[in-house]
Amino acid sequence: MEFKFEGRAKLLTQILMVVGLIALVIGYFTTEDPDPEIGHTRWWANLLVNGFFYFSISLAALFFYALQYATESAWSVVLKRFFEAMWGFLPYGAAVMVIVLAAGEFDIHHLYHWMDGSLYDELIMVDGSEQPNPKYDAIIAGKSAYFSEGFFWGRTIAYLATFLGFAHLFRKWSLQEDAVPSLDLHYKQFRRSALFIVFFAVFSSTMAWDWIMSIDTHWFSTLFGWYIFSGMWVSMIIFTNVCMLWLRTKGYFQEVNESHMHDLGKWMFAIAMLWSYLFFSQFMLIWYSNIPEEVTYYVSRLFSTEYGTPFIAMFLINFAVPFYVLIARDAKRNPKFILPVAFLIFAGHFADVYLMVIPGTLFEHHDFGLFEVGLFLGFLGLFINRTLSTLSKASLIPKNHPMLQESKDLHY
Amino acid sequence: MNKVFHVMYDDDDKLMEAARELVGKGVHVNEVYSPFPIHGIDPIIGVKRTRLAIASFMYAMTGMSLAILGMWYFMISDWPMNIGGKPSFSLFENIPSFIPVTFEFSVLCGAHGMAITYLLRNGTLPGMPASNPDPRTTDDKFVMEITTSTNSLNAKKLEAAIKKTALLELSIKDVK
Repeated sequence: MEFKFEGRAKLLTQILMVVGLIALVIGYFTTEDPDPEIGHTRWWANLLVNGFFYFSISLAALFFYALQYATESAWSVVLKRFFEAMWGFLPYGAAVMVIVLAAGEFDIHHLYHWMDGSLYDELIMVDGSEQPNPKYDAIIAGKSAYFSEGFFWGRTIAYLATFLGFAHLFRKWSLQEDAVPSLDLHYKQFRRSALFIVFFAVFSSTMAWDWIMSIDTHWFSTLFGWYIFSGMWVSMIIFTNVCMLWLRTKGYFQEVNESHMHDLGKWMFAIAMLWSYLFFSQFMLIWYSNIPEEVTYYVSRLFSTEYGTPFIAMFLINFAVPFYVLIARDAKRNPKFILPVAFLIFAGHFADVYLMVIPGTLFEHHDFGLFEVGLFLGFLGLFINRTLSTLSKASLIPKNHPMLQESKDLHY
Repeated sequence: MNKVFHVMYDDDDKLMEAARELVGKGVHVNEVYSPFPIHGIDPIIGVKRTRLAIASFMYAMTGMSLAILGMWYFMISDWPMNIGGKPSFSLFENIPSFIPVTFEFSVLCGAHGMAITYLLRNGTLPGMPASNPDPRTTDDKFVMEITTSTNSLNAKKLEAAIKKTALLELSIKDVK
């Protein structure tokens, strides 16, 4: 069965995309700060938040797909095309990330403080004599090797090439398998998936450090990569779960039965707990040891007047709501429980990314208005549009996967 | 006189098939004894969903409350502690440092409570007398227990229905 992307769903995503475009264009002028030091920072910061959030969802889909192959999981075979569909956004997300990073490199915005080249030299030449550099930052200068232009861009290109390359190959092999049944091809995907996970294990962490953690340049946390990774994973499962509920009511994915939905509910519950665990592990160790260079991240979030309440609320919602609502078996199988939790914690995980970026870039100049809402909806529309459009390009259920029947027969 | 039938099968699929057949005829199956869990037998013989998970949740919540109460008493109330320069002497302000212990104690109480409840409810705590009718059900045989007292059919009709299934052995005993 093929999915047809048309009618109201298509129109709705297009309306959302137009809303996002309007927000993007008008917002560029309305969000400008009179202070030239800040300027368009709010516009760029929100572009980064949205670009990264949705990019990471499609990246998590790529990881989850590889995980299913590497572990030879059968249950997810009927859902496999949906994971592939989410990669449709991957090039768009990558483009947004490259635009934001390149704009930073060319001094168009100052989201990344370390991109300022004048921070690294202890002494500068003033009127022919060497003087101490007033802008010199010893901590950032200590990271100069890691943040050197060549290494940073080399890494960024390596991440994007790896992610896009593997997504392209997985998709190609998956479609090949539809045409010609081949066990060799299946084992090839199995081996390549394991290889991808090796790359992803390193790159997901360093990517999070480079693109998000480096905003608070003085701060560091080795756990940050896993924290970002668990956040993207849970957002992806939420998106899959909600779309699957919708697609099933439209008559698609009839092979996805109650047990598959239950499994998706379990994943949602489990990964929400993984995220909470990592969030708290990172926070508690920093809070307990109370070392000045480590606490800066939380001082500017948890203990600030503007970001404190949203930060605590974000954590409590993302942890307590899925925990208490989804712990029961029947709740995981019931859309009346799944949907409200899904919408709430999807927004919660967006707020998580928002609160990673904004306090470190806008400080006390932040504002949340129609621009932010519009941009979020615009990216959501683009993401859904790309996903469903990719979904319509291949058979919904893979045709010759060796474990297809086992997946269809899944129960419990 | 009530009778109890112990029907033995040498394969779990045969037992499932037989159970489906008998239940289709309106027979109530009391119990199935098997060396391992038979996937999917519960809905056939009408075993209700276990409430063990609910019990476990309650044990964990009890553990959580006890842990918080205990730490409040030890660390805040009885002998206020100053650890790592955090002498705030308030449960709320020190709660992050109590979370790991609270979590572990909740898991401990949940897991132990669940295991003990499970063994107690099944009558399989160490030292409890075995209740399976035939020792071979701990090896490679499967026994289905049907009693006349819980069935509307009489003994003869039950026996006739049972004998139509792919059974290995049938033992009929009188019980009071």
